[in-house]
Amino acid sequence: MTLHMPPILTYALRRLVQAIPVVILIMIGTFLLLKLAPGDTVDALVGDMGGADAAFIARLRAEYGLDQPIWVQLWRYMVKLASFDFGWSFVYEQPVATVLMDRVGTTLMLMAASLSIAFTAGIVLGAIAARRAYSATDNLISILGLVFYATPSFFLSLMLMLVFSVKLGWLPVGGIKTIAAFYTGWDHVWDVVRHLIMPTTALSLIYLAFYLRLMRASVMEVADLDYVRTARAKGAREGRLMTHHIMRNALLPVVTLLGLQFSTVLGGSIVVETIFTLPGLGQLAYQSVVQRDMNTLMGIIFLCAIIVVVVNFLTDLLYARLDSRIELA
Amino acid sequence: MTLADTEIAPPEPPRYVMFWRRYKRNRAALLGLFLFALVVLMALTAGIIDPGDPLRRAGEPLTPPFMNWDTPLGTDQLGRDVLSGVFYGARISLLIGVVATLVAIVIGVVIGALAGYFGGWVDDVLMRITEAFQTIPNFVLLLTLVAIMGSKIEWITIAIGIVSWTAPARMVRAEFMSLRHREFVDAARNLGVSNTSIIFREILPNAMPPIVVYASVIMALSILMESALAFLALGDPNYASWGNMIGQGRAVLRSAPYCAVIPGIAIILTVLSFSLLGEGLNDALNPRQKK
Repeated sequence: MTLHMPPILTYALRRLVQAIPVVILIMIGTFLLLKLAPGDTVDALVGDMGGADAAFIARLRAEYGLDQPIWVQLWRYMVKLASFDFGWSFVYEQPVATVLMDRVGTTLMLMAASLSIAFTAGIVLGAIAARRAYSATDNLISILGLVFYATPSFFLSLMLMLVFSVKLGWLPVGGIKTIAAFYTGWDHVWDVVRHLIMPTTALSLIYLAFYLRLMRASVMEVADLDYVRTARAKGAREGRLMTHHIMRNALLPVVTLLGLQFSTVLGGSIVVETIFTLPGLGQLAYQSVVQRDMNTLMGIIFLCAIIVVVVNFLTDLLYARLDSRIELA
Repeated sequence: MTLADTEIAPPEPPRYVMFWRRYKRNRAALLGLFLFALVVLMALTAGIIDPGDPLRRAGEPLTPPFMNWDTPLGTDQLGRDVLSGVFYGARISLLIGVVATLVAIVIGVVIGALAGYFGGWVDDVLMRITEAFQTIPNFVLLLTLVAIMGSKIEWITIAIGIVSWTAPARMVRAEFMSLRHREFVDAARNLGVSNTSIIFREILPNAMPPIVVYASVIMALSILMESALAFLALGDPNYASWGNMIGQGRAVLRSAPYCAVIPGIAIILTVLSFSLLGEGLNDALNPRQKK
């Protein structure tokens, strides 16, 4: 069977198979967290109804399978998760899956914007710093990187708000679009972009600092390699050397980091979305913690984990394309 | 005899002298050390320089900085002394940073050492667990743990450690995999030294330098996580925390921005000091890495 498949497909398939035990472990993990949390679905339900007698509670427990042995409960829970059934949210009075689907778009948009800005600016600044190593430009870029790295996103968010919303009045202070403005077409797009500028900046700067540092080190390492010296000896211009010879290999560790950090960025969106009242998964996670909405919280964890697994899979494929040394088959 | 003696090279200075010589070569690292010493000093003297509860009412609410000598950095909307909060906040940040880092390193070392030393199915199982932990966004997991167990400071510290051990585990594993077939390990094994002794007394000391350097990163991230929790009002309300001060300062951002700006600068300088400290440690402990 593998004989007739292109190697990249075999590689992709193998990476997918390797992801299965990780997903199963996450399912078990969320189940354990749910069991650790005080109170279960029936407690929430009974609390919602304002109390019930013991016989009724017992009947409800049986109906929800909570009287079954723990292994049976775990198995049923995993089957439900696999079909993206996360149970009922007693706060939103909706299936958790519906609540999540309403929110996932905003978060993905915020993350895509933040990561692409951080990645692009990070590799460009990192490459510049490396090519002018130990110069004033390099020092300036490196100091900027250190300060970005040390600034918590919530503090940066407040400072951006203070300057651009409170003092200058240029940007809206929160939300994803102007309420009751009913913009359409390009006006709507522009409106959303204006709302996303500050959250994106707040979320991206720390990752920009990561990529910048890694890219600087990586370019300096690759630029010392023999093949680059050979190319230079053969008369390649510095600009061409950078774009055609150094860049591709120097990017490898940065691409790896991009995949690894995706889950951290999802975590960071909690603070930023909460501050800028963006209706995404991060804000939902915070509200679920405050309201002890465990079903929703577990749904978020599982959905985030799946997103991270998919992104890691895609970065692996990208990595395999970039690095010809990787054995595909 | 007298002639031969003069040709012997002078004894190498003790290790800590070498360490310090390598460390001080990096100017930024010296700045980091200075900032770090400052934060430690603030944490140690929190009760002496500025006695009294940082959560007490110390003066008129919203006194701006430099207006009143009793409250040099001003007061917040409840009249709490900002300077006092910064000092006590340093204590909490450092305490949580150090303990959470220890928790993360201990878990990471045990898991990474077992996986790297034994390999095979032990490695497979432990690495899948590590991957699963890495896949769940750590701040989401932290919030969940706090939601389940409550906002007590001890628990928050342990929870931060629990969400931070995966990177050190991977580093320890990689070190162990490269060290486990070295001659000194084979020699120890042939002498009948037990696995436990080989892991902890033979290999681990050789695997530690990169972990020590990385500890400064975990410490910085732990402090950032604690302050983010406190900012979201999910921290322990019984202790002054920089994050919490910024969170409260948000309400008066328009009229009294200093309430949020001052603790914010404290966080930035502290995290910066750890980053610079880490670079200095790297130069001193892994001297071959840099040309």
